[in-house]
Amino acid sequence: MTATGGRRIGDVLLKVEDISLSFGGVRALSGVSFDIRKHEIRAIIGPNGAGKSSMLNVINGFYHPQKGKIIFKDIARTDIGPYDAASRGIARTFQNIALFRGMSTLDNIMTGRLLKMKRNLFWQALYWGPARREEMEHRAAAERIIDFLEIQSIRKVPVGRLPYGLQKRVELGRALAAEPELLLLDEPMAGMNVEEKEDMCRFILDVNDEFGTTIALIEHDMGVVMDISDRVVVLDYGKKIADGTPDEVRGNQAVIDAYLGVQH
Amino acid sequence: MGFFIEVLFGGFLAGVLYALVALGFVLIFKASGVFNFAQGAMVLFAALSLVRLMEWMPIPIALLVSVGIMIVFALVVERLVLRPLVNQEGIILFMATIGVSYFVDGFGQTIWGSEIYTLDLGLPKEPVIILESVFEGGVLVNKFDLVAAVIAGILVTVLAVFFQKTRIGRALRAVADDHQAAQSVGIPLRDIWVIVWSTSGIVALVAGIVWGSALGVQFSISLVALKALPVLILGGFTSVPGAIIGGLIIGAGEKLAEVFIGPSFGGGIENWFAYMLALLFLLVRPQGLFGERIIERV
Amino acid sequence: MLYREAGQFKTSYGDDQAIFPIRQDRIGVAIILLAAYLAIPLTASPYLFTSILIPFLIYALAAIGLNLLTGYCGQVSLGTGGFMAVGAYAAYNFAIRMPELNLLVVFLLAGGCAALVGVVFGIPSLRIKGFYLAVATLAAQFFMDWMFSRIKWFTNYTPSGSVNAPPLSLFGFAIDTPAERYYLILAIVTVMALAAKNLVRGRVGRSWMAIRDMDIAAEIIGIRPLRAKLSAFAVSSFYAGIAGALWAFLHLGSWEPLAFDINRSFTLLFMVIIGGLGSILGCFFGAAFILIVPLALNQIPTALGIPISTAMISHLEFMIFGALIVFFLIVEPHGLARLWALGKEKLRLWPFPH
Ligand SMILES: Nc1ncnc2c1ncn2[C@@H]1O[C@H](COP(=O)(O)OP(=O)(O)OP(=O)(O)O)[C@@H](O)[C@H]1O
Ligand SMILES: [Mg+2]
Repeated sequence: MTATGGRRIGDVLLKVEDISLSFGGVRALSGVSFDIRKHEIRAIIGPNGAGKSSMLNVINGFYHPQKGKIIFKDIARTDIGPYDAASRGIARTFQNIALFRGMSTLDNIMTGRLLKMKRNLFWQALYWGPARREEMEHRAAAERIIDFLEIQSIRKVPVGRLPYGLQKRVELGRALAAEPELLLLDEPMAGMNVEEKEDMCRFILDVNDEFGTTIALIEHDMGVVMDISDRVVVLDYGKKIADGTPDEVRGNQAVIDAYLGVQH
Repeated sequence: MGFFIEVLFGGFLAGVLYALVALGFVLIFKASGVFNFAQGAMVLFAALSLVRLMEWMPIPIALLVSVGIMIVFALVVERLVLRPLVNQEGIILFMATIGVSYFVDGFGQTIWGSEIYTLDLGLPKEPVIILESVFEGGVLVNKFDLVAAVIAGILVTVLAVFFQKTRIGRALRAVADDHQAAQSVGIPLRDIWVIVWSTSGIVALVAGIVWGSALGVQFSISLVALKALPVLILGGFTSVPGAIIGGLIIGAGEKLAEVFIGPSFGGGIENWFAYMLALLFLLVRPQGLFGERIIERV
Repeated sequence: MLYREAGQFKTSYGDDQAIFPIRQDRIGVAIILLAAYLAIPLTASPYLFTSILIPFLIYALAAIGLNLLTGYCGQVSLGTGGFMAVGAYAAYNFAIRMPELNLLVVFLLAGGCAALVGVVFGIPSLRIKGFYLAVATLAAQFFMDWMFSRIKWFTNYTPSGSVNAPPLSLFGFAIDTPAERYYLILAIVTVMALAAKNLVRGRVGRSWMAIRDMDIAAEIIGIRPLRAKLSAFAVSSFYAGIAGALWAFLHLGSWEPLAFDINRSFTLLFMVIIGGLGSILGCFFGAAFILIVPLALNQIPTALGIPISTAMISHLEFMIFGALIVFFLIVEPHGLARLWALGKEKLRLWPFPH
């Protein structure tokens, strides 16, 4: 039993080894290694431009590192595609909301379940028998998420019309709909007011608690990070400068320097 | 060999015409990110205006008035189409310019008429034989084609000077690179749009003069302008040299294909050859010859 | 009859996902279908059938095809006319080379051929986007124009290049009269419109819309862009192909490649924009609108005694459609379908404004 809930932290779920990534001349990541254990909440922090989002993009296969290995559920790969990552159980949210703006909340969440839906075009066109049953099953699953996130009232509203905070929540819902083993959250609380942040924290903890989902989270609000995460990895200029429990990291001189902007 | 060169030359000169239209596209795309499908319609409209005005007034005045008309056109488009659609996705703006294109085609023919008008600015038309010393029999070209090439050359030079040396030109380049930066140049975005659309309108007028002199001013100009689209794909949407070189490649490729491969396919392949060439090219190099590569990020 | 949903409780997700969840809408649709299948055929004149109803239905079908691709999957196409041509000429060749084939099978095969061609021309969509793709679809248009006028095999070496549909019959019944043709088209369009609606409200439709709204995010949640886009191209061209076959066989009877030129493609794009991007119902509105405007332009001035030349009418048409496209894109990108929905919303709340 840990302090954050009634769950057990297990073996290593994901391990990144010596990842280097650059864009033309820009080095976004250099030789970063760390691991994420089953059921834990792992925070990734660092100043702006440190390479945090790039790290998530590497993990879910959107960026392809020039060097290094990603070991997920004991299978090592250097290069995976986003589809592979998604189908093997990695879901995420984005720093700049990436919802499908022309679709309703419900449809957005249903897209999270697309990977689990199998009926082909022909059955879909008939919308009958197996296709209809499948649709209903997944609709029920989507409704459970809607209830969980308390967004029943905006079910049919096009997400483009929702306020920012709610959009972030819908985006979390879409990721949850995939029932991921590893959930990557890129600044889920950025731009929120205190109340919205509290809600979001509660949802993150509940997800972790109730579904046992492993979570990797980028966040700038240190209070939140210290509160909810089990372990923290700190990046600066694409390099890992610290890794440990919130308390260890808080006291680390390199981290303090990075945040105060001490020149290298 | 002489024949091959002749075909090649013919192709290059058709290419100059495509390049002139493509140039108008590139100017607008660079400065406003709008893919202006109406460029062909603008060529027709400008040419129609000029040819009909010439019935009423001396050529130089008709030219000036036509330029004025294209500037008014730019003002109207900015006010009625671009401004209300600011911040919309590129594809919506693209479809809107298809609407503009239809409107302008209809409007132009309503006020100016829809017959075939001969445009005679006194450009020479007789064929000449060149390169006689190099090939036996020389190469037969139309003097007019040479004039067209010279006009295109002058236009490109003028534009280059405009972009490199004038304050407005530099501001335009700034917008092309970065809309935020453009604000700091101190020229409102709207004015910039009006300026590029006017410039494109004038380029359209030049293209209209060249084409109209060669083929007569008629509705089909608006369609032939669609040939400039593969040029853009080949040259890249943002590159002025790309438009020129792309135009030449497409023009030459098309004519050579028609003459040398066409007969075995039943002819007429120049109608799609350019498109297919551009398509195949896209698969290899989506950003075109000179376009910038875009890396997507989230 | 009041338009209210009060008192109608949805007891299952199935009810909630129905195409017409509100009872009054279901009644309305039933009335329209009754009219289309019974009342109209009893009362319509041959002119109404051949000049309005038949082209209207076929246009709507082709517009549905284009809307699936452009409105739902976000891939603009300027080549719909070309895909219709594939359907028309494929149907012609199947029909004359295998006369024993059932007419419906001929149409299905024609749609299938168009779908295949659509997939081939959809391949560039994996590398290029937006207007780049639009330009690429023009390639399809021009290529088809050329192919069916220059490669004589497709027109069975007819000297004029224009071909005639064979005599048509279905299950032993000849299909000659306008009313018979109308019924056949109506049945096909009903089934295919329903199938389209089913597609867009399920898994496939969501994956298309996800690609349309944000392709990167779609990929990251596990949608394969390749599959989504190519399936949209396939289904869209299938619809266009069948519409083309119907247009050729049941509307024109004899035709040449010009019947499916680039203007057809633009007209269809206009229907989709005016009717409403991303709406199946809108395709019907758009088709009706595009048919009615030229008719009105022809009739109204003469009725008012204003002499107006045919050339002028066609220019006016250009101007009106051009202006409307801009208007709708600015004011209501979801077109007439959205205005309709807003109207119903008002009615539902009437007479209380909130
Ligand atoms: N697609 C890309 N193309 C070019 N450079 C990129 C790309 N993505 C990221 N970078 C660069 O990589 C570096 C790291 O960026 P990243 O977005 O990972 O930082 P971050 O830690 O998430 O910062 P922030 O806190 O601002 O979100 C930056 O210098 C950024 O400009
Ligand atoms: Mg980031």
